[in-house]
Amino acid sequence: MSKKYESVIGLETHIELSTNTKMFCGCKLSFGEESNVHTCPVCLGHPGSLPVVNKKAIEYAIKIALAVNCKIREYTIFHRKNYFYPDQAKNYQISQYDLPLGVGGYLDVDMGDYVRRVGITRVHMEEDTGKLLHTGRTGRISESVASIVDFNRGGTPLIEIVTEPDIKSPEEAKEYLIRLRNLILYRGVSNCNMEEGSLRCDANISVKKVGEERIGTKTEIKNLNSFKFLQKGLQYEIERQTNLLESGGKVIQQTRHYDNNTNMTKVLRSKEEAHDYRYFPEPDLVPMHIESKVVDEVRCTIGELPAEKAERFEKEYNLPKYDSSFLSNDKKVARYFEDCCKLYSNAKNISNWIMGDFSALLNKEGIDINDSKIKPANLASMLKIIDGGKINSKIAKSVFEEMFKTGESPQVIIEKMGLEQISDGGLLEDIIEEIIKENPGTVKQYKNGKKKAIGFLIGRVMARTKGKANPKMVNEIMTKKLK
Amino acid sequence: MTAHELHNMLVKKEISCADIAESVLSRINRVESKTNSYIRVEKEKMMEEAAAVDEYIGRGGRIGDFTGIPIAVKDNICTKDIITTCASRILKNYIPIYDATVIKKLKEQRYILTGKANMDEFAMGSSNENSYFGNVSNPWDTERVPGGSSGGPAASAAAGEAVCSIGSDTGGSIRQPASLCGVVGFKPTYGAVSRYGLIAFASSLDQIGPLTRDVEDCAGLLNVICGHDENDSTSINRKNPDFKSFLKDDVRNMRIGVPAELMVKEIDAEVKSTVNAALLKLEELGAKVEEISLPNLKYALSVYYIIAPSEASSNLSRFDGVRYGHRNKEAKTLREMYKKSRSEGFGDEVKRRIMIGTYCLSAGYYDAYYEKAQKVRTLIIDDFRKAFKKYDVLISPTSPTTAFKAGEKLDDPLTMYLSDICTIPVNLAGLPAVSIPVGLSPEGSLPIGLQVIGDILREDNVLKAAYNIERAVGFDKKPNIL
Ligand SMILES: [Zn+2]
Repeated sequence: MSKKYESVIGLETHIELSTNTKMFCGCKLSFGEESNVHTCPVCLGHPGSLPVVNKKAIEYAIKIALAVNCKIREYTIFHRKNYFYPDQAKNYQISQYDLPLGVGGYLDVDMGDYVRRVGITRVHMEEDTGKLLHTGRTGRISESVASIVDFNRGGTPLIEIVTEPDIKSPEEAKEYLIRLRNLILYRGVSNCNMEEGSLRCDANISVKKVGEERIGTKTEIKNLNSFKFLQKGLQYEIERQTNLLESGGKVIQQTRHYDNNTNMTKVLRSKEEAHDYRYFPEPDLVPMHIESKVVDEVRCTIGELPAEKAERFEKEYNLPKYDSSFLSNDKKVARYFEDCCKLYSNAKNISNWIMGDFSALLNKEGIDINDSKIKPANLASMLKIIDGGKINSKIAKSVFEEMFKTGESPQVIIEKMGLEQISDGGLLEDIIEEIIKENPGTVKQYKNGKKKAIGFLIGRVMARTKGKANPKMVNEIMTKKLK
Repeated sequence: MTAHELHNMLVKKEISCADIAESVLSRINRVESKTNSYIRVEKEKMMEEAAAVDEYIGRGGRIGDFTGIPIAVKDNICTKDIITTCASRILKNYIPIYDATVIKKLKEQRYILTGKANMDEFAMGSSNENSYFGNVSNPWDTERVPGGSSGGPAASAAAGEAVCSIGSDTGGSIRQPASLCGVVGFKPTYGAVSRYGLIAFASSLDQIGPLTRDVEDCAGLLNVICGHDENDSTSINRKNPDFKSFLKDDVRNMRIGVPAELMVKEIDAEVKSTVNAALLKLEELGAKVEEISLPNLKYALSVYYIIAPSEASSNLSRFDGVRYGHRNKEAKTLREMYKKSRSEGFGDEVKRRIMIGTYCLSAGYYDAYYEKAQKVRTLIIDDFRKAFKKYDVLISPTSPTTAFKAGEKLDDPLTMYLSDICTIPVNLAGLPAVSIPVGLSPEGSLPIGLQVIGDILREDNVLKAAYNIERAVGFDKKPNIL
């Protein structure tokens, strides 16, 4: 991007809630099941059917609104958004308009060397549409002979989070979305699976000359449904708009579609073709009065945010910033860490193991820390055994791997595999003498002043003892013998 | 005969359900070709069900107030497995996959469904001349309209083609045809009866209610159909009173207001004088009658014809030929399918209201129309609230005229819309109201209805006033068709 221009970006993120049932009827939420199994007169838009608000969805929506620091409106209502499309059973979507659930929030996005505060304009509730399937080999609408609709998804509770145009770069946009996703995962109200479409993102973007007050004409980019696509799509669009302006052209207000195959954006519709949604208050639903008492209750159930938790870890466990934020990023890891801390006092040791070997093994197996066979109690006792000098840290690695595989306690593994450290001075002395005899050349080198040669000799001792020798003692005895 | 009379005979075993069903069927066979009250008569089913109920009673089954009573149901109320058309081509073959809540409640009573009653398409009309299945005729004079939109329910109850019927009322659709056909028609408080399964016209105004031959049956049916329903968010959560307990012989000191705005020049002189005569009788019984003014009522018609079509334009958008209902098979594109299916499926009046409503909700017009109308609606509600601080009920004519000739107002929608001038304000405020017959016009020997309006959830006052008027007036005339 030319240095002369800067970009102004706002994001609209849709998140499917993971409630048991749909927004306005009792049908189960599902994914990947046979078409139209989870439907009823309400979500099929049959004549005479009426919506009833899912209370759990409201609770989840409040959780999300609080996560992005929104105020919860005491009086909030649903509107109808009217437009014809076959994936919509009623040809209107029940959504929120000028009285959304949450307003006036923000999200701080850590960019490493600075923090970008992104204003949150609104958090509102609505229902998802069904899915259109186009018959034919390619699945493209232009080549199909018929289209069919699957209403299993129709009526799924959806939350829309709209930011202020505070985002200045594709990188910031990406970081914002990562942060938002983590926050919501943390609250356990959505699985935020971008491939399954439970988290979807659109962007509004314009560019302007650096220092200019007036914001340029914006375009809306649809289908930015992964962190990578979000960043790439925005990069492409910034370039496109900048080139247009540079060559004396004008940006036209339009909605564009990001194609991740070509990495380009294409016109979907212009402003003139924009829908008039004829919003009006949904007469089938009564206004909702959300008392502050209810909001407080929800606030109590959600506990700390990752940022708050990281701060606490730093203070309470005396951990470096990096460790604290690593451990608090995933709620389950944080809980695991704290469970260990209850049984073993050196928090930094616990942190090192979790961030190091443990994470590596979990990643390799692709499982959650909760699903690991190593329970906090076993990790804690292994650390105590190391401290007590019964095994060294090198041996501990194999003990840990065995614990990961079998779930057995470290004591059992050490005994079974005979891994206990050799700290018997007499035994060690015998072995060291053997090694000295077998390696006269190296001993000579050492005595001639090549002090490093002792490392080779110690290594031989360790090899002979299969790593079980107490390294500190071997070092002491060896040095004495070589004098 | 009324349902409560038949009920007593059933209890005393003087009659069987099959006898009742048979006599209603024979009446249908005799007059249906003249009235066209029904879109669909359930002849066989009726006799089967009557036999089944007789068997149930024989086994010692409980006989509820409407057990074995043949009742007509307006064709905009969903009946599972029975075609429900809304009198529209677009739903000509639509078979609901569920029962409306009122139908469930009636089934618990073991009622007998006579059939699905004719109506104005999607309940839009005041003369029942907007049905895809043909006009309904007034049993008092088949040249004349029965009123609308519940023309079928009113005519069938008046002509004995059903003992009573279930209709819906958005701006007077129960009360105006009840008035024109000489039966009792009750619109309960908005939210008193579940709308689940009522095919919506205007969601914030629609309400289901009974059409009966006397006030007692009316109270009895309210006992059956009222009540909270968790499937309807707008339904009121209260314990049902026994509506029959309000039928008491006492109106002494009842405070009655007569809104000047509902006694205006558009009301025929013979209607006014008949209503005034009934009011005099109430005064004689000890009620206190006073004229009052509710100044904002004069805007009611304009407000209604913005709000109702606006909601309708959205409610009716689901009829697109995609999932059910009429679909044009030749259409090549999605747009064309929508356009042709809807153009062919909807009648003129429905199209007119969809267009008005779409316009009123459009960007740039919303504030001037829909939002303004909602504000004035609040003023109307306030007028009523003030009035009910001073009065127990308000009384007015139900319809400005008696039944008019078919075709008379068809080409003049604005005059037609005036038919509901007295009933519309009640829906805007969500109040309970009843129309009861109080006399025949001296000229045409056509029934004239009187409307009693109560405060929110004050069905007790409405029923009490209606019951006393009914007894004081002693209306006992029968339509000519019989
Ligand atoms: Zn459903």
